[in-house]
Amino acid sequence: MSAFDHGHNEVPDPATGVSRRRVLECMTWAGTGVLWTISGGVPRSLGLVDSALAAAPAGLSFLQISDSHVGFDKPANPNAIGTLEEAIGRIKAMPAKPSFMIHTGDITHLSKQSEFDDAERIISQAKLDVHYVPGEHDFLDEDVKLYRERYGRGAKGAGWYSFDANGVHFIGLVNVVDLKAGGLGNLGAEQLMWLEDDLKGRSRSTPIVVFAHIPLWTVYPAWGWGTEDGARALEYLKGFGSVTVLNGHIHQVMQKVEGNVTFHTARSTAFPQPAPGTAPSPGPMKVADDKLRSLLGVASINFKPGEQRLAIIDTPLQG
Amino acid sequence: MTRLIQRSTRTLAMAAAISLCLGCAYAHAEDTAVAIDNFTFSPAELTVKVGTTVTWTNRDDIPHTVVSAGKFRSKTLDTDGNFSFTFVAVGDYRYFCSLHPHMTGLIKVE
Repeated sequence: MSAFDHGHNEVPDPATGVSRRRVLECMTWAGTGVLWTISGGVPRSLGLVDSALAAAPAGLSFLQISDSHVGFDKPANPNAIGTLEEAIGRIKAMPAKPSFMIHTGDITHLSKQSEFDDAERIISQAKLDVHYVPGEHDFLDEDVKLYRERYGRGAKGAGWYSFDANGVHFIGLVNVVDLKAGGLGNLGAEQLMWLEDDLKGRSRSTPIVVFAHIPLWTVYPAWGWGTEDGARALEYLKGFGSVTVLNGHIHQVMQKVEGNVTFHTARSTAFPQPAPGTAPSPGPMKVADDKLRSLLGVASINFKPGEQRLAIIDTPLQG
Repeated sequence: MTRLIQRSTRTLAMAAAISLCLGCAYAHAEDTAVAIDNFTFSPAELTVKVGTTVTWTNRDDIPHTVVSAGKFRSKTLDTDGNFSFTFVAVGDYRYFCSLHPHMTGLIKVE
């Protein structure tokens, strides 16, 4: 398992000056979202949203929120709507407006119309364009149509697509449908063909940001935290100088750098899940009430032209 | 422990109900239960007689499904939701949760 070898290297990252220990500190923040900065092609995590904004990075900044699970009301967080509202409130209060937001799935808990309605009502208050990919909790309605009707227009297949912003190529993938017994997340042959085609002829110096719900890298297969054919997708991305993979699903911050690829997972805005293998199951983790908001959050990402790594800042709702 | 006791009490009650059902074609088959707990089907393997109805109950705070390709497919089961299927043919029925496919189980019908 290479998933956990990322915490023992104290050498500062040349692009960010951030040591692995610092990244680990970030991991202990519970968060609202991740602010991503793409600088010179490589996403960098900046730390707290506020300090990132204080640095007023040039280039492109966007936000990642994930796993809002609107409708969840179990002991791990009886008010998931409330914490989503708090996250959006923090985003609204940001002094510098990000260019847009991505949502890496599990918008709702049970794919009910009312849950999608509540999610949209709250998230739209950020007044940002939002690029969604679905989580498995967004395809639970009988006809499997509510997500696609609302967010999948213009997308291919189960909802994958790509777009460009500030010279960065963004690819939203779906790895939560047609899952096979005993397996992990799944992209499928059709989507992989589309991905290969989407990347064909693109300059290798184009910074790439891939986002999907379930981690594309193998985090912890015993809990299903990985994507069966994720390695094939990464194969197509090999020649690119800067690749950032943003995921959700595991409700905690985890980061790994492998060659030119930076993998990062964002916190949930709804409830935390245990670190791999530390509990009998990956189910919602009940923590003390005063600790919950330190484990929920968002991420902001900042991209600066000329720098290889995007800066990613995971910000908890509190702490 | 309490839960186990409750569950076995319920199973006994079901068995009692069936033994009263003298006209039932499958009165000899005791109905049985599979719990979904901590992202695990419990028991993961179960051997039953033809005619047995198996009921899955989700005890997690996360929804699950019970799917056996071409054989049966539950709706999404929220917490405490359940799904029943009556096995009328001999065979091995492998099934899984379509949301968390690492969760697998097997019903052997003989």
